Amino acid sequence: MSTPPRLVEVRQKVLKQNDLLARSLRQRFHDAGIYVVSLVSSPGSGKTMFLEKTLSRLHEQYRVAALVGDLATENDAARLARSQAPVKQIITGTVCHLEASMIERALEGWNLDELDFLFIENVGNLVCPSSYDLGEDFRLVLMSVTEGEDKPLKYPTIFNTADAAVITKIDLAEAVEFDALTANNNIQSVRPGMQVFEVSAKTGAGVEPFLQYLESRFAELRRDSRGGRAAHY
Amino acid sequence: MHELSIAMSIIAMAEEEARQRGVQVNAVHLKLGSLSGVVKEALLFSYELACEGTLLEGSRLLIEEVPTVVYCPDCQAERTLASIQRFYCSVCDSPASEVVQGRELEVVALEIQQ
Repeated sequence: MSTPPRLVEVRQKVLKQNDLLARSLRQRFHDAGIYVVSLVSSPGSGKTMFLEKTLSRLHEQYRVAALVGDLATENDAARLARSQAPVKQIITGTVCHLEASMIERALEGWNLDELDFLFIENVGNLVCPSSYDLGEDFRLVLMSVTEGEDKPLKYPTIFNTADAAVITKIDLAEAVEFDALTANNNIQSVRPGMQVFEVSAKTGAGVEPFLQYLESRFAELRRDSRGGRAAHY
Repeated sequence: MHELSIAMSIIAMAEEEARQRGVQVNAVHLKLGSLSGVVKEALLFSYELACEGTLLEGSRLLIEEVPTVVYCPDCQAERTLASIQRFYCSVCDSPASEVVQGRELEVVALEIQQ
């Protein structure tokens, strides 16, 4: 005997498990005093080269490390290892984005207390990574001058969930007639007030202001966590 | 295309409920925000595929689309965005980046049968 169908309320976030795990990772990062930056962009926008430059420069003064997501190869980790920083590759197989559980697994064996900065390079994709919190403090979205000024309008969700934007390969801007004003207007349209950095990892142009920005965020985090610890005593 | 893994999470969630309650699930009601990063059509397609061979086989996924709502600090009011390509107040045209609604990806109800 079947009864008539009825509706029961459930109210459960589909990505609840990822969100919970990301929250506990964020707590671990904060307890260890690490500033965590994730990078998202489409394939070929220059994430790896930009990260290589960033790691090399920060490595002079800070303890830095990186996790790098890729569908199939370990090439990116090999490139990033040239910066002398510890690097671990996360091969996602067919998965088009990183999830908090992959970060947790990749961190096994690393002593977080020995780090100042951790960078997480997501799989090249401007759609899927936007839904997954990785426990990062700061999400950077990158676009290169060769991709066209309307990228933010085509992928508003990822630009909206990011904290700052980096326009890469700025040394090619003239050659590809990149319109920086239009690009910036488009970024501001989907994320009003977003900080934008124009850089060339190749020539080094614009890298210093970006590093100074990161350093000030890191100093802020350390000030806050020290204040938090002092309050305990 | 992360909709397939999202669909599988939804099904796992509904299967768990079905087992616990000892019922059959006919339909899953889902709230989907326009800023969730999930495409409705791709999710519906994936759902049907992922249901095969599970307790949810033959069930329907009913999606309620939720528009993005922002808070305008100048008007001190919530405004629905006409497009997620423009985060500006629809009345005073001030920048409005505080998202009040639109990131939803949430199972809200199940239609069950004993």
